[in-house]
Amino acid sequence: MKLKIIKTENLDFDYEIYDDKGQVTEMNPALRGVNLTVQKGEFLAILGHNGSGKSTLAKHFNGILTPTRGKVFVNGIDVSDEEKIYEIRQTVGMVFQNPDNQIVAAIVEEDVAFALENLGVPPEEIRERIDEAMKLVDIYKYHKHAPHRLSGGQKQRVAIAGVIAMHPKCIVLDEPTAMLDPKGRKEVMKTIKMLNGKGVTVVLITHYMEEAAQAERVVVMDKGAVIMDGTPKEIFSKVERLKEVGLDVPQVTELAYELKKEGVEIPADVLNEEECVKSLINIFK
Amino acid sequence: MNAIEIKNLSYKYGVGTPFEIKAVDNISLTIHKGEFIGIIGHTGSGKSTLIQHLNGLLKPTSGEILINARNIWLKQVNIRDIRFEVGLVFQYSEHQLFEETVFKDIAFGPKNIGLSEEEIKTRVHRAALAMGVHESWLERSPFDLSGGQKRRVALAGVIAMEPQILVLDEPAAGFDPYGRDMVLKKIKEYHESSGTTILLVSHSMEDIVKYADKVIVMNKGGLFLYEETDKVFSHAGEIVEIGLDVPQITRFARLLKENGIDIGEDIYTVERAKERILELLGKAKK
Repeated sequence: MKLKIIKTENLDFDYEIYDDKGQVTEMNPALRGVNLTVQKGEFLAILGHNGSGKSTLAKHFNGILTPTRGKVFVNGIDVSDEEKIYEIRQTVGMVFQNPDNQIVAAIVEEDVAFALENLGVPPEEIRERIDEAMKLVDIYKYHKHAPHRLSGGQKQRVAIAGVIAMHPKCIVLDEPTAMLDPKGRKEVMKTIKMLNGKGVTVVLITHYMEEAAQAERVVVMDKGAVIMDGTPKEIFSKVERLKEVGLDVPQVTELAYELKKEGVEIPADVLNEEECVKSLINIFK
Repeated sequence: MNAIEIKNLSYKYGVGTPFEIKAVDNISLTIHKGEFIGIIGHTGSGKSTLIQHLNGLLKPTSGEILINARNIWLKQVNIRDIRFEVGLVFQYSEHQLFEETVFKDIAFGPKNIGLSEEEIKTRVHRAALAMGVHESWLERSPFDLSGGQKRRVALAGVIAMEPQILVLDEPAAGFDPYGRDMVLKKIKEYHESSGTTILLVSHSMEDIVKYADKVIVMNKGGLFLYEETDKVFSHAGEIVEIGLDVPQITRFARLLKENGIDIGEDIYTVERAKERILELLGKAKK
C-alpha cells in the first residue's frame, strides 16, 4: 500500500478583503472543493496559470494558510492544529520563487543553518547537517561566500539546502525556476530530481511545461479547482483542454497533435524530441 | 536610416582596480529604423552592459555609440535628450512604480519632458491603451494591481514618453504563458502601429524568434551572431554549444535530420515543422 503524505478533503479557501476599519468586506474565493492526495516519494507537478490557485494550495501544505472549509492533513496531522505547526513545517519544507526574498544571512553556510539554529539543534549536529545539505545540492564550494554574489540558480540551491538541512519528508517548490535563466533552471531541476531519487516527496509548482513533463504525475488547476490529474502523457495529450485554461503544451506534443489532425498516424502523447522523432521514423518507413 | 550604430564598443568594469573585467568586447553593429531586434545571451554575456550604453547610462571605455546618426558622447550633444530618444525598461520594471495613482505614474516621464497638461493626458491614455492598462485602473494605486498589471503600467510609463527607440530587458520574465504572450503581443502591436525601433532582451529563444526580425546573440562580451531570424537556426549547433537554449522544435528538427529526415534548418515554429513534414509525407506517398 502506498503511504499518503499530504491529503486535502473538500478544501475551500477564501481570501478576506478588509476595509480601512479592519472589517471584512468581501470574500475572494481562491480554492474550491480540492480533494488531492500526495503519495510518499512521489514527484508531483502542479500546473495552472496565474490566479488558478496553485500557490494558495501549496501554502496549505505546510500550514502557512489554513482551510476556510475542509481539511488538510500532513502525515496524518491536521494543519489547522496550531500546536502541531512545528511538526508540520519540519515534515514539509517550502521553497519560493524569488531566491533573494528567502536568504537572510550574509554567508551561505549561516543561511543554510538558520532554521536549525532556531530549532535549537546542537552546534555539532548543525555543522554535520548543513555540510551534508550543501554537498547534496552542490553548493559546498561556496559555503563561505556571500549569497548575493551567487547566480540565481546557486541562490535557489542555497534556499533548497536550508530546507534539506531540516530533513523534511516532502519539499514544496513554488515556481522555483521562474526568475532563473536557462542554466539556473537546469541546475535547479537536476537538484529536484536528485532529491526525489533519494526518496524525498516533491511537489513542484510551475508553468514550464517541459519541467512538468519530467514529473511522475501532473495536476492541473483552474479557477481554484483541480481539473485534471494524471501522468504527463495523459495530461499533455489533451492539447485543446490545456489551451482552454491558458496553458501551453511542449512544442513536440503540439506538433504531434497538429499532424494527427491532418491525418498522420502519430501517437498524441509524445512528450520529448526523442519520442517524436522515433514516431516519425516509423511513419516515414 | 540607421537608428543605432555601434562602433568598436568595449566596456570594462572596475578600471584600475584588481577587479577590472571586460564586459563588452569590441562590438560593432547597425540597427535600422523601425526594426524589431531580439537580444539573447546567457547571464554574464554582456547584454545588459550593452543595452545600458544605448541611452548613455554607461560611457564606453572605447568605441562610439551613434543614435540617429549622432555620436552621443560628443560635447555638443545633451545626454538628457538621448534619454528621451531611447527608452530603457529594466527587468522587473514594476519595482520602479512609486506614484499614488496609475495615471500619475504613467505621466511621470512625459511631465519631465515638459509637455503641456493636455499632451500629457493624451499620451497617458494612448500608452495605457497600447499596453492594455484599463481606464478604470488609472485612478487606482498601482500597488493594488497584480504583478502582471503593474508591469504593464511600468511599460506604459516609458511608452508615454514616445521614445524613437525602445529597449526592453526581459519584459515577460516570471510570467505564465498567458501573461507572457499578452505582454509580448502588446509590444509587437505597438511596434507595428508606431514604427518604433524595438530591442527586446530575453532568455527565451522561443519568444525572440516569434517577434523579432533579427537576432543578436551575445557570448562572453562579444557579438556571437547577428542574423535575420530565419537564418539564426542554421547555427543551432553553435548556439547550443555556448550554453543557450534553442526551441524544443528546433532540437527536434536537428535530431530528425540526424536520423535521415531533413525538414530544413530554419525550423523554430510548430507551424513550419508541420508544413514541412506534411510536404515530405506528401512526396513520400506518391
